[in-house]
Amino acid sequence: MRALDFEYMLDLVPVLLGYVPLTLFMAIIGMFFALILASILAVERVFKIPVLDGFVRLFISFFRGTPLLVQLFLFYYGVPQVLSFLTNIDGVTATIMGLTLHFSAYMAESIRAAILGVDRSQWEAAQAVGMTQGQMMYHIILPQAARVAAPTLVNYFIDMIKGTSLAFTLGVTELMGATQKEAAGSFLYFEAFLVVAAIYWIMVEALAFLQRHLEVYLNKAHAR
Amino acid sequence: MTKPAAISIKGLSKSFVATRVLEDINLDIAPGERVVVIGPSGTGKSTLLRCLNYLDHPDSGSIRIGDLSVDADTASRADILALRRKTSFVFQNYALFANKTARENITQALITVKGQSKADAIARADATLRETGLADKADAYPAALSGGQQQRVGIGRAMALDADLMLFDEPTSALDPEWVGEVLDLMRRVAEKRQTMLIVTHEIQFAREIADRIIFMDGGKIVEQGPPKQLLEAPQDARTKAFLRRVS
Ligand SMILES: Nc1ncnc2c1ncn2[C@@H]1O[C@H](COP(=O)(O)OP(=O)(O)OP(=O)(O)O)[C@@H](O)[C@H]1O
Ligand SMILES: [Mg+2]
Repeated sequence: MRALDFEYMLDLVPVLLGYVPLTLFMAIIGMFFALILASILAVERVFKIPVLDGFVRLFISFFRGTPLLVQLFLFYYGVPQVLSFLTNIDGVTATIMGLTLHFSAYMAESIRAAILGVDRSQWEAAQAVGMTQGQMMYHIILPQAARVAAPTLVNYFIDMIKGTSLAFTLGVTELMGATQKEAAGSFLYFEAFLVVAAIYWIMVEALAFLQRHLEVYLNKAHAR
Repeated sequence: MTKPAAISIKGLSKSFVATRVLEDINLDIAPGERVVVIGPSGTGKSTLLRCLNYLDHPDSGSIRIGDLSVDADTASRADILALRRKTSFVFQNYALFANKTARENITQALITVKGQSKADAIARADATLRETGLADKADAYPAALSGGQQQRVGIGRAMALDADLMLFDEPTSALDPEWVGEVLDLMRRVAEKRQTMLIVTHEIQFAREIADRIIFMDGGKIVEQGPPKQLLEAPQDARTKAFLRRVS
C-alpha cells in the first residue's frame, strides 16, 4: 500500500474543474433538446396519431433497447459513412445528439405517464372553455404533468451528466478524457479518478439540492 | 311568427356501448330563457348537457345556437370548437384548472380562446371575482379554496365567457351543505341578467324560483315540461308525480 498523493490531487482539482463547463454544456444542451423532443413524442403517444405512432414507438423502443455507448458509436463512426453531410460531425455534437435521442426516449415514457395521470376534469374543463388541443396541452395539461414528472426528469438529467463522460470514447477531451490524460502522465490513476469521481458526485448533489427547490416551486399550486 | 329560438336541439341521441342514454331529444330554448332539468339518477341529464358542447359526441341529431348549426353526422373539429365557444359549462366537481389561480382560471380562456389582451382579461376577471364575492381570493390556487369558493370561481369562469348558453351540471351536488346557499345565490344573480341557462339540479325549490320552464327527464327522454308552477304542482305523467313525491 502507498499513501495518497494529496498534493497531486489538490493540484489536479483546478485543472479538472476547467472541464466542468464542457460537461455541463453537453448535459444542458442535451437536456434542453431532449425535453422538447420527449414532450413531442409523449403527446404523440397520448393522441396516437395514425402511422406516426408506429414510428414513435419504434424510435422509443430502439433508444431504450440499445446501450447509449452503442448509439454514440453508431452516430459518430457509423452514420457519417452513409450520410456524407455528417462526415465532419465533431465528438461534442455527436455526444449531444446521442444523449438527446437516448434520453428523450426514456423521458417520453415518463411524460406520457404523467400526462395520462392528469385528472379527466382538467381535460374537460379546457375543452369546455373552447381551447384547441394544442392550447389545452400547453396551458393546462403539460404544466400539470410536468409537476408529476419533474423528479423523474431531474433523475434523467443526472444520468445525462454522467453520460457525458462517454464523449471521451469519441475522442473528446472532456472531464473524463482530461482525467485519463492526466493519469496517464502521472501514473497516479487512483488519485486522478478519485478526484474526478468527487467532481461528478458534487455536481450531482448540487443538482439534487436544486431538485428539492424545484419540487417546492412546482407544488406551489397545491399547497394549502 | 314567434321569435326564433336562440337554441334548437333536434333528434339528439346518444348510446354508451349497449345502453341508449339519450333518445331523440328535441328542445328549443328561447334567448334569455332559464330552463331547469330534473329527473332520476342515471337518466341522461348529464349526458344531455355534455352532448350540447360535445364533451360527449352525440350519435345523431343537430344543435343550433344562433347562426351556428352542428350536426352529429358531419361535425368537424372546427364545428365542435365553435359550438364550445358559444357555450360555457359549470361542472359538478368544479374542475378548476389546478395549476392556475382563481384569477387565471378566468383570464386563461379570455386570452387564449377569445384573444383578449391580458389587461382586458384581468380587468374582466377582477370584476367577475368581485361579483362572485371572491376579490380577496384572486391569487389563491383552487386547492386553497373551499368547495363553495371553487364553485363560485367555476361559475365566474363560465360567466366571463359571455356564452349564448350556460350549462350547469348539478353545480351544488358535490358541495357540503354549508356552501350550497352561496352558490345558489350566485346562480340567482346570473339568472337575473336573463342569461340563457340550462341547469341540471336536484334543488327543486331553487328551480321553482328561477326557472322559466322545468323539464322532467326519465329514461333518456323528455317526459314532461312546463312552467315551474304547472310542472311541480300539477304534473301530468305518473313518472313525474312519482319522482316529485320522492324528492319533496
Ligand atoms: N362514459 C360513459 N360510459 C358508459 N356509460 C355511461 C357513460 N356516461 C354515462 N353513462 C351511463 O349513461 C346513463 C346516464 O348517465 P348520466 O350521467 O347522463 O345520468 P344523470 O341523469 O346525469 O344521472 P345523475 O343524476 O346521477 O347525475 C347512466 O346509466 C350512466 O351509467
Ligand atoms: Mg349527472
